[in-house]
Amino acid sequence: MTAALKPQDLAEILNTQSQTSLLRFITCGSVDDGKSTLIGRLLFETKLIFEDQLQALERDSRKFGTVGDDIDFALLVDGLEAEREQGITIDVAYRFFTTDRRKFIVADTPGHEQYTRNMATGASTADLAIILIDARQGVLPQTKRHSYICSLLGIQNVVVAVNKIDLVDFDEAVFDTIVADYRAFAEDLGFEAVRAIPISARFGDNVTAKSDRTPWFNGPSLLDHLETVPVGNRRLSAPFRMSVQWVNRPDLDFRGFSGTVASGRIQPGDRIVNARSGQATAVKNIVTMDGSLDAANAGDAVTLALTDEIDISRGDVLAPADDRPEVTDQFAAHVIWMAEDPLLPGRPYVLKAGTRTVTAQVTELKHAVDVNTLAHLAAKELNLNEIGFCNLSLSAPIAFDPYDDNRATGSFILIDRLTNATVAAGMIRFGLRRATNIHLQALDISKSARAKAKAQKPVILWFTGLSGSGKSTIANLVEQKLHALGHHTYTLDGDNVRHGLNRDLGFTEADRVENIRRVGEVAKLMVDAGLIVLTAFISPFKAERRLAREIVADDEFLEVFIDTPLEVCEQRDPKGLYKRARAGEIANFTGISSPYEAPENADIHIDTVDADPESHADAIVRQLRETGYLG
Amino acid sequence: MSSDRASHLKRLEAESIHIIREVAAEFEKPVMLYSIGKDSAVMLHVALKAFYPSKPPFPLLHVDTTWKFREMIAFRDRKAAELGLDLIVHTNQEGVAAGINPFDHGSSHHTQVMKTEALKQALDAHGFDAAFGGARRDEEKSRAKERVFSFRTKNHGWDPKTQRPELWNLYNTRIKPGESIRVFPLSNWTELDIWQYILLEKIEIVPLYFAAKRPVVERDGMLIMVDDDRMKLAEGETAEDRMVRFRTLGCYPLTGAIESTADTLEAIVSEMLIAQTSERHGRLIDHDEAGSMEKKKREGYF
Repeated sequence: MTAALKPQDLAEILNTQSQTSLLRFITCGSVDDGKSTLIGRLLFETKLIFEDQLQALERDSRKFGTVGDDIDFALLVDGLEAEREQGITIDVAYRFFTTDRRKFIVADTPGHEQYTRNMATGASTADLAIILIDARQGVLPQTKRHSYICSLLGIQNVVVAVNKIDLVDFDEAVFDTIVADYRAFAEDLGFEAVRAIPISARFGDNVTAKSDRTPWFNGPSLLDHLETVPVGNRRLSAPFRMSVQWVNRPDLDFRGFSGTVASGRIQPGDRIVNARSGQATAVKNIVTMDGSLDAANAGDAVTLALTDEIDISRGDVLAPADDRPEVTDQFAAHVIWMAEDPLLPGRPYVLKAGTRTVTAQVTELKHAVDVNTLAHLAAKELNLNEIGFCNLSLSAPIAFDPYDDNRATGSFILIDRLTNATVAAGMIRFGLRRATNIHLQALDISKSARAKAKAQKPVILWFTGLSGSGKSTIANLVEQKLHALGHHTYTLDGDNVRHGLNRDLGFTEADRVENIRRVGEVAKLMVDAGLIVLTAFISPFKAERRLAREIVADDEFLEVFIDTPLEVCEQRDPKGLYKRARAGEIANFTGISSPYEAPENADIHIDTVDADPESHADAIVRQLRETGYLG
Repeated sequence: MSSDRASHLKRLEAESIHIIREVAAEFEKPVMLYSIGKDSAVMLHVALKAFYPSKPPFPLLHVDTTWKFREMIAFRDRKAAELGLDLIVHTNQEGVAAGINPFDHGSSHHTQVMKTEALKQALDAHGFDAAFGGARRDEEKSRAKERVFSFRTKNHGWDPKTQRPELWNLYNTRIKPGESIRVFPLSNWTELDIWQYILLEKIEIVPLYFAAKRPVVERDGMLIMVDDDRMKLAEGETAEDRMVRFRTLGCYPLTGAIESTADTLEAIVSEMLIAQTSERHGRLIDHDEAGSMEKKKREGYF
């Protein structure tokens, strides 16, 4: 161990270190462009590799290395066993190094085509991207793809690192051609700054110090550029936004709202609103364990105490009263699909934006984007690693800013409701309509809006059939299957209606008619609420079934005839009712002492003799899908 | 006081607070793994900040292998009492009954039974759906690729191939009954960050981190402290008092000391700045085989 530092050196180092800022960047390139080698080189040159790691590296280089007897820096950053064997990076790895001027967090993101989602992941938190180009290959389709994803994720600063410059004899003309090609392509991507640097990651040219083998290059070394490039100013200069994470209520005397300042700056006395409701108040105090603050800036995790008790809960966005985000339940966004199962328009997903979670569905997939040409392609679904532009509709309004104005309040993820996997990343571009309930206006939500929010066409499935025919069994199976598909359903049957709503009704003909009338009305309200309603009643009379049909729109009523012959029902007799009816103990029993008027033109006719309830339920769900009821 | 100082430590602290608050808000029954080490000390300190003036709305859990340094246990109990926090201590009683210990059963088996299995037992017994751990991505290669919110199956297993993509600061906290999430709020901190933060925030840590004369035995190239009489000396071994300290704390028979005279935080940090050896070198468990950490994590190790 070398001599210990003198106390004054330490003080100086700590002083410098406490002033250093943080830069997050990603490295993108295709498989052989040398990303991992570059990161390994940066770690090595900034002395972030310890002696024992170096020993392990030398050992690994001999075992897995691809550069002969030299140290293979790539092995430093290729972490997991599987990929060490494959020789490619398969996931996002985070690396850290520090200099006197800055602290760096590097996301090493894979270059292989199928891992677009990992690149987007790394890019989402990066301030800057290093795009590696092999000097021998020039600008490739994947260079374009990576640049497009960086631009889509809102990265403003790009470094084009033309690597392996040693393999083209440090030729200025090669470098110039590649840079010109790149600039022509990237013109439309909206980067604020593009800096090109010729490097050799393997030999270190222009990585941490200017190389004398590229005397024609006048720019800074890569590290010099990374240490000095200005970033993060947009977040500070944007209007104040804070998503409330947690309501801090230790006792009755204190109520604070905890969250991370997403953008801008806030001071005690500033007028703010809850963007969702429009209710206004002012900041009384910025509370932290280190004492109250004079101001809080973008990136600070704080707790705000407010002057008025207004309704604020987790998920709400606080903003200046005079510079608010939009509030909407419908917007257009770019979506990067990250799951094996495709994005299906109409299917409900969980959407998380800031600290708010709602249900969302893609109502229209406008186009997919070809990441190599940026051309718009017609698409019915989005598959893994595909990017699309689409309209989304939410179950409740959210406050947002366009992603290009604010990454924190313009981004969202989609989560699959059944597997809980994160299936998409989204960037909001613009709202499609203002939510109508800001400033506490009366709600004016139509039946079709509710139905749309549920990704289904509301309908009554009116099961009719003899006692013991299997109505309830099949209806229950159908409901289970619909629920598993994410649909919002409700079943009305004798059990939940007879004991409450219709407790006052007996089994006379008049009461039975009234029973069915009430069930019809309740089902109608539920259809109005957007539900798929299943009713399971014998409902023996054509007239009342017609009545139930007529109180809703034509396509909102499907009669499902569970056709089981009387002999079979009587043989099953699950509740022993037929036996009692035959014995004269039950009056007006359908099929025995009261008629059953079988439907003549049922919308769905189930003949139960030839199959089991499970396949009947499947058949009904299939028919619903084919006729467009399931979104 | 103002927060204009946008230093990297301030940024890291804010990120960690954000993560801890998300867990408290979205999970039903979170718990904070408290290993008594310096990373736990920082994680706990950040948690106190996250909820001030409230207390953290979750208990601390210490998995006690019964082989921790005595000073660690004393520190743990005093700290929990001072802060008025719930502390759950769990020991794998089956392991104790079977007499599992690091000397006779080796570090790998001891760790599996007394740490990994014990942790699973504790998480299952209390039904915790999220558990904070103080692990950092700079510690080890497979850590570098683990998510901040790391999904675990009902059997606590980790599958590096099916990790959920983690974008912006939008963490997917949804799980099914029985599943859980391990959360690493210090993912983006480095060892140097930890020490600088301890220095800056004046965080109290276990005295074992500071150099002092301690009885140590040299064994397999490591300096092992004789913390109690369960450690039997082999023939030719003698315990001698040397000026040593620890860079990392765990079970005393598995934790190597380094020779040092650094007896203040400032001295420790200056030693760090010129350090030649990375931190987990002092832990026996990682030497067992290449890729050993990844293997352990798949089985449910933190």
